[in-house]
Amino acid sequence: MAAALAAIGLATLYSAGQTDVPTGIADIWRKQAGWLVLGAAVAALAFRISPRLLEWVTPAVYWGAVALLVLTLVVGTGAGTAAGTRSWLAVGGVRIGQPAELAKLATILMLARQLGSRRRPPQSLRELLPACAIVGIPFVLVGLQPDLGSAIVFLGVLFAVLFWVGVEPWRLVLLASPLISLLMAFSTWSWGLWIVAVTLLLLWARPYLGEGLAIWLGNVVMGTIALELWRRLAPYQQNRLLSFLNPEVDPRATGWNIIQSKVAIGSGGLLGKGFLEGTQKRLAFVPSQHTDFIFSVLAEEMGFVGVAAVLGLFVGLLGNLVRIARDATDPFSSVVVFGVVGLLFTHVLENVGMTIGLMPITGIPLPLFSYGGSFLLVTCAAIGMSLRVAWEARSSYSPD
Amino acid sequence: MTWFHPYALGRRAGVARWVIWLVGVVLLVAFFRVQVLASSRYRVRSERNRLRSIPIPAPRGVITDRNGAVLAESEPGYSIGLFAPSLDSLRSTLKHIAPLLRLGPADLAAAERAYRLTPYQPVRLRHDAPFDLVSALEERRVLIPGLVIQAEPKRRYPFGPIAAHVVGYVAEITEAELATGAIRGARPGLLVGRDGLERQYDDILRGRDGERFVEVDALGRSVREGGVAQNLDPEPGQPIRTTLDIELQRFVAETFPPGMRGAVMVMDPATGEVLALYSSPSYDPNWFIGGVDPRLWTALSTAEDFPLLNRATEARYPPASPWKLVVAALALSRGLVDLDSRMPIPCRGGLQYYNRYFRCWKTTGHGDLTLAQAIQYSCDVYFYQLGLKLGLGNLFGDAGRLGFREPSGIDLPGEIKPLFPASTEYYDRRYGPRGWTSAVALNLAIGQGENAQTLAKMMAFYAMLANPDGRAPEPHLVMGRPGRTRSLNLPAEQLAGLREALVEVVQRGTAAAARVADLKIGGKTGTAQNPHGADHGWFIAFAPADAPRVVAGAIVEFAGHGSAVAPMVNRIIARYLQGAAAPALSADYQLVLPADSAPEPVPILPDSTGRIVRDSIPQAR
Repeated sequence: MAAALAAIGLATLYSAGQTDVPTGIADIWRKQAGWLVLGAAVAALAFRISPRLLEWVTPAVYWGAVALLVLTLVVGTGAGTAAGTRSWLAVGGVRIGQPAELAKLATILMLARQLGSRRRPPQSLRELLPACAIVGIPFVLVGLQPDLGSAIVFLGVLFAVLFWVGVEPWRLVLLASPLISLLMAFSTWSWGLWIVAVTLLLLWARPYLGEGLAIWLGNVVMGTIALELWRRLAPYQQNRLLSFLNPEVDPRATGWNIIQSKVAIGSGGLLGKGFLEGTQKRLAFVPSQHTDFIFSVLAEEMGFVGVAAVLGLFVGLLGNLVRIARDATDPFSSVVVFGVVGLLFTHVLENVGMTIGLMPITGIPLPLFSYGGSFLLVTCAAIGMSLRVAWEARSSYSPD
Repeated sequence: MTWFHPYALGRRAGVARWVIWLVGVVLLVAFFRVQVLASSRYRVRSERNRLRSIPIPAPRGVITDRNGAVLAESEPGYSIGLFAPSLDSLRSTLKHIAPLLRLGPADLAAAERAYRLTPYQPVRLRHDAPFDLVSALEERRVLIPGLVIQAEPKRRYPFGPIAAHVVGYVAEITEAELATGAIRGARPGLLVGRDGLERQYDDILRGRDGERFVEVDALGRSVREGGVAQNLDPEPGQPIRTTLDIELQRFVAETFPPGMRGAVMVMDPATGEVLALYSSPSYDPNWFIGGVDPRLWTALSTAEDFPLLNRATEARYPPASPWKLVVAALALSRGLVDLDSRMPIPCRGGLQYYNRYFRCWKTTGHGDLTLAQAIQYSCDVYFYQLGLKLGLGNLFGDAGRLGFREPSGIDLPGEIKPLFPASTEYYDRRYGPRGWTSAVALNLAIGQGENAQTLAKMMAFYAMLANPDGRAPEPHLVMGRPGRTRSLNLPAEQLAGLREALVEVVQRGTAAAARVADLKIGGKTGTAQNPHGADHGWFIAFAPADAPRVVAGAIVEFAGHGSAVAPMVNRIIARYLQGAAAPALSADYQLVLPADSAPEPVPILPDSTGRIVRDSIPQAR
């Protein structure tokens, strides 16, 4: 299934490179094919690594990734579609990768190690703190690059994993409440309602008094500083959020991406314009068509049918991963696989959602589709590990 | 309970699957809405996104004279335009090609303004690119993204200054007009008629622009032309056949004394068709093509002799002695006099009216005259008394009925109204209720005083006079568009008598020196007193006298200095009726201007010469 996705992805990427306009992306499908071969090798390697070994090296990998993130902040370079940020690590002028992608995987492993060793799901916020810290460190480091999209992915992974290890949903809501409060603070009304809801939830759930107070205060503080935070946001971040709310505010500049993306998608229709035939793509109207908005190219050329097929494949892939996580023989593997689910799910949701305007625009890639080596390798590694877990689960049953 | 219990895991896996499915379905629904339900809307938008329409200018209609000679035509030309995705890109491209196109800073600023106005249309840089420039640009097309070279018809006026005031000229639409959107099919670079027939019949001549679609990429670079979408062919403007006879018009232009100011008009009295209309000094409408040179424009618009002014329709002059026929016709139609009526006081060189003495132009006097003779000799004293007999009220009312307060109705833009008081209130307002006496009737009776007419209006009157039934259509310049008909309400024999008197003017009267052999011409001279200098000379005539086929009139400013108004007009008539073989005049050119003047000329002229249609003329590029 992953192979099918990868094939379609490569074809779409090939098409995305075929424009009437001279661009630098005409030949990247070759490179991506190269990456894919490498990715297959990585997946095979990951398949061969025992989860025990993985668990053992996890702390080293995690701290290594964090170190790389710190290094990136110091000497990182911008590149490609996110030219304004420092998310690349370059050695001798050659960009070797985006440590953030590696950090995602490392964080999943670390979370699995931390949570998988517990018998009991965390019962209080205090017990959630280590997990939060594990995610928090790379989250902050990536956010500083600044790469909001990848930072959000960490949160997606965190919540997915916490859910998987049995943290009650209401506790997750409370954990997330300060963040939601931040968003709600745009309107006094919505924030007021949210505070009331949080208060009621606290009264109903009755956590420890200190924790309840902390959460409540956190909500209040977040609501208060939201405006100040908003002012501190870089203008491009403000614009992205604003044009998410209404792309027509500034159709030539910040709203351009989403409008053009929707035009490309919408003009694809039910059956699409045909492979290589997308006019919006061909004339380079679709922004970042080989990376962030590659799904728009797919939607324009393959139409709704193609979209449905690809989304179906993704849903199937994720469903399989969930099954693997369920059937895993040990907690660590299970959490790792479900962390991968959270990772891929967040990526797909955010990326596909943004092409159609359901999500704010953040530059995160679509797994197995978008051009880019780092994330592709990470995805392949994650899938390789998952297959290993599945294989172990099957072999543990078979003797019976 | 441990979280890693198969049952708990299974439950959460179920929840997780649900969430994944839910999100998948939500995304699918979102795509369904955009791709299937709203697809047509986005498809249109996608087409609009990639296709830019470039107007294909419709060639303007041809203007011909009555025999089909071309007065204004469209000939192929090239314009150079530029598509740009952004202002910055426009600037950088312009910087690149400005030397090649020889664009100055003002042109660059204009291009930027045009871009702000219509960013999705090519910005026009040159309208009249010579062919070598076009080929030079074509060679560099790859280097100049967004370059648009297109055929764009140019206007050409083969006869140049000869028929300038009739044909007029075109110029590019102004930014102000673009902003108001008052003009149909307005687009930058559209040629709009500015004067003359070009302006009057602009809607007919302009046609409808076509559209050509060009595929552009996200940066606005033109990627492909032709075949991307159905082009819309332009609808050429309709031709206009004028009533002008360009050979006669040319003769008029050549005959008009060089360096003098004035106007000549020739028309067919029966149909109202204008055969020639010339205003001097003239200008060459070809100067305006592709934008006027600012210096030339300044020179034209500030010149003392206002070449842009059409002196036949846009300048008023005291009608002077030709007006006497108006007074005579009014008195006849009221039955106050007939052609043999005499006035109580014979002409002794002047008329004492209360405490003022009104002179006749002939200080020795004309003696006792009939109306016919008074017309022949243009006797002021006779007409002073006729004016008194007619009375101010009748004069105001009847002159108004004949339309001496309205434009002649000729189909030229900017025609001004003649001035003639509507009632005594005019004098009350101007001089105060006690500041004037009925003596103004004396002035008005001889075409002086508070009376200023255009040549076109006087011609319309003489056309009525020339026709056997005293009716004539308003003068007009385009075939098949006669205006309304006015009538003098005079019996045929009285009209014939008036014409006979006018023939006598030319045979023996004030225009005796302007006779043309073998041709019976009737006409009336006039001298409009001019407080600013030499008097203006009038002559309006018709021929052949028994059944006039042509009326010709001229006003020549400052003609007092020896120009020949009557001989000139008669030569024109002879040329029209007898062709190029017309015999010469019986006498040499000579000033035949009677000093038939009024005692106290009221300075009315030039009240219109300063008025120029400045606003309607485009700013110089």
